[in-house]
Amino acid sequence: MGRFWAIFFSLAAVVTVGFTAIGAEYWWFPGDGHAHTTLGKKIDDLFYLILIIVAVTYIGTHIVLGYVLWRGAEIRKDEKVWFSHGSHALEVIWTIVPSGILLFIALYQMDVWRNYRVKAYFPKKTAAVAEVTARQFEWRIRYPARGKTLQPRPQPDDIYTVNDIRVPAGQPVSISLRSDDVQHAIFVPELRVKQDAVPGLVIPVWFEVTETGTYDMVCAELCGWGHYKMKARVIATSEEDFEAWKINAAKEQFYDGVPATPDAVAAKADEK
Amino acid sequence: MSTVTPDVGHPGAGGHDHDSHGHHGHGHAEPSPLSLLWQLPTFSCDHKVIGMQFLITTLMMLMVGGALALGVRWQLAFPWERMPILGDTVFKGDGGQIAPETYTMLVTMHASVMIFLVIIPILAGAFGNFLIPLQIGADDMAFPLLNALSYWFMWPAIACFGASFFFGGGPAGGWTSYPLLSAIQQAAPGSGFAQTLWLIGLTLIGVSSMMGSVNYMTTIINMRAPGMTLFRMPLTIWSMFITAILQAFALPVLTAAGFMLVADRTLGTCFFIPSGIVVNNAAPTIGGGQPLLWQHLFWFYSHPAVYIMLLPAMGMVSDMLACMSRKPIFGYKPMVYSLAAIAGLGFIVWGHHMFTSGMNPALGMTFMVSTILIALPSAVKTFNWLGTMWGGRIQFNAVMLNCIAFVSMFIVGGLSGIFMAAVPVDIYIHDTYFIVAHFHYVLFGATLFGCFGAIQFWFPKMFGRMMNDKLGQLHFALTFIAFNCTFFPMHLLGVAGFPRRYADPYHFPYLEHLLPLNQFMTCAAIVMGFSQFLLLANFFGSMFFGKRCGRNPWNANGLEWTTPSPPGHGNFDIPPVCYHGPYEYSSPLCHDTDFLPQTEYVPLSQRQAVAQAGH
Ligand code: HEM
Ligand SMILES: [Cu+2]
Ligand SMILES: [Cu+2]
Repeated sequence: MGRFWAIFFSLAAVVTVGFTAIGAEYWWFPGDGHAHTTLGKKIDDLFYLILIIVAVTYIGTHIVLGYVLWRGAEIRKDEKVWFSHGSHALEVIWTIVPSGILLFIALYQMDVWRNYRVKAYFPKKTAAVAEVTARQFEWRIRYPARGKTLQPRPQPDDIYTVNDIRVPAGQPVSISLRSDDVQHAIFVPELRVKQDAVPGLVIPVWFEVTETGTYDMVCAELCGWGHYKMKARVIATSEEDFEAWKINAAKEQFYDGVPATPDAVAAKADEK
Repeated sequence: MSTVTPDVGHPGAGGHDHDSHGHHGHGHAEPSPLSLLWQLPTFSCDHKVIGMQFLITTLMMLMVGGALALGVRWQLAFPWERMPILGDTVFKGDGGQIAPETYTMLVTMHASVMIFLVIIPILAGAFGNFLIPLQIGADDMAFPLLNALSYWFMWPAIACFGASFFFGGGPAGGWTSYPLLSAIQQAAPGSGFAQTLWLIGLTLIGVSSMMGSVNYMTTIINMRAPGMTLFRMPLTIWSMFITAILQAFALPVLTAAGFMLVADRTLGTCFFIPSGIVVNNAAPTIGGGQPLLWQHLFWFYSHPAVYIMLLPAMGMVSDMLACMSRKPIFGYKPMVYSLAAIAGLGFIVWGHHMFTSGMNPALGMTFMVSTILIALPSAVKTFNWLGTMWGGRIQFNAVMLNCIAFVSMFIVGGLSGIFMAAVPVDIYIHDTYFIVAHFHYVLFGATLFGCFGAIQFWFPKMFGRMMNDKLGQLHFALTFIAFNCTFFPMHLLGVAGFPRRYADPYHFPYLEHLLPLNQFMTCAAIVMGFSQFLLLANFFGSMFFGKRCGRNPWNANGLEWTTPSPPGHGNFDIPPVCYHGPYEYSSPLCHDTDFLPQTEYVPLSQRQAVAQAGH
């Protein structure tokens, strides 16, 4: 029976590793499986590095566990167990080696974090494209008019959208994140972007989308009963499309039924 | 299978005859097996009765928490479908469905019940109470009345939690209750009076824990038997001691934060509320406060609290592993130091729950380094457990299986912690199911399996009978397999970006394909939930029908095994004297047995001879 359990525990490890290896085909990073931002790619690299370290440790410790259990089951009645209170040398080894690995992990990723969050290390030419305000249960986005810069307070010519964040791809952009009521968080899985929106704070978030496309965005901080339905999208387009969209959006938003040019005024008068 | 046979009449352990029908022998040396059980409904100051009261209360709460979890799992597998059984009764008003606000309530209350009414009280309350005086050779706790109060303060807390279900559908701010959701009454249906009740309940639990922790520290420092030096204490005692210190220093912060939040809610103070915020058409806030303050205060307690929820299990598992491997614990002192290191570091890592919160990024870096470092003592402990089993004569009984599972599952949970400790990676996986996988591996996989083992290991001491080992193994196998089927896939869900606390994630295109996997997990969770009835049946059945056993059925060394089973009032027949550490299994000093009770005297010369032989 002892051998059965030794196999049982080893098998559990084999199954979990196998499940991860096979399951990664179906249930892994969303979209095409790759990050679509510059920093996101670094995050993925780090993830895979840690995954390798962790997998080796997991498999290693479980081989030892399986072996130990097997031996513990095999031991004969007349055989003596190993009477030992421990080994100083081993303790030193298994303190030093993991601490080396852990310190390496800690220091290795410092600069990704610094680039991501420390304002002084943001890319030089980061354009503030929009202010995103979370509220129960939607996102309101305010863009500066074409050719203007984003102001902390709303301007008369600002452009608004709801739940659609439009950004130009291929260049670092930043958004100012705020909340109107409780705490929320933007989470764009394919861009590897996440940041809480905290009432009372304005938090800059920068990213550089590398491929144009439409990316699902969700809320990642419990904000009430409708938390699950703060469905939104980040729409990354080329610079030209972005500008074209802005022209259009401004036209639509400020259309008041009054024709804009003298010709049009004349045409309208003719119609009557 | 189990090769440990109940000990009959070992000289050192004072075994007794099975057939003596000690049942009705009140007043004799041999207490009735159920003597502790009959005292349950009384206000007893006996630490064993209080421990038992805690144990049975927490087992009940475990089933409550489990039921809430199955509600959550139902919704994740069959969103918006009519609930079986409850759909026609409790949720009739919502057409048998789980409404979104009900879902957030279920998530909140599942976590709150499991953390505050199960894991924390079962470790410190049940096992701490039962074992501390017995293992250090004391006749009771230092403050027996305080001890009883610590149990009875649980009930008003349970009442508050229970009553909160009836206001606005129950508290729904998550077990972390971040403001402003929890600070402003109008923020959500559950943010009204229910939230206040939740906070009061939490504070009462805190009062209960604090009374326990003061008591444990005093008892362990002052009431050890002669010869029970600090480094002869079982690791269970070390872990309880360190846990008590953690409680004592971390808990006041949570209590203060709780009062501040209640004040914000009822008195109009604004500790956590910034100005000019309009939530759900309520009047604009006056403000001046900062929601992040709550997160700091909350996690300043709740990170140490996750160790409060683990360290005692680590200690108990160390004891059980040594006994069931018939070998001394490997590296006793490193084990103690790593417990202390975890506790010490545990105070400076709370910010790892806030990497994406918008706090100062420089803080993020410091918290990342300290968090990654806390994996080190965890690793050291794991290696020492493996070392303990290495070359031992392993007894594959239900106790041992649960302990092996503890080690194996703790490895998984510790390793997933490293992903999250790496801040850039945590940006992605924070608040996804990866986190849910992580803490279930440590809290269920490690702590709860450890508790299952501990229940079966110390049951003979509580009732003078053995639990059924076959049934125990069946319960273990089912729980272990179903546990892994439920929680392991959550790692992959997390990587796929599946957010936590979502009533219906599947309306997002990128999550649609995860539904079948979730249905599989829910089936596994149902098996796991119902398997627990085997444990309950075994536990309650064995009280009456279990095989009678003597004082020391496991041939273990600790002082508790020299007392009658169950121990009478005052515990020991004669005050014990302790001559060695608790882990001298298979020592050359024991002659025809393979254990050496802590009370057995061995002349110094012999001990020195063994020491010189280089063990
Ligand atoms: C190797 C050691 C460990 C490391 C490095 C570690 C790291 C972390 C990190 C970084 C988080 C925050 C993740 C996030 O929210 O983004 C976390 C969450 C958590 N950890 Fe651990 N952890 C470790 C061990 C443990 C242990 C032993 C326990 C409990 C016994 C535990 C219980 C929890 C819980 C309950 C949460 C989630 C709280 C919540 O958000 O609801 N962890 N851990
Ligand atoms: Cu939300
Ligand atoms: Cu933590």
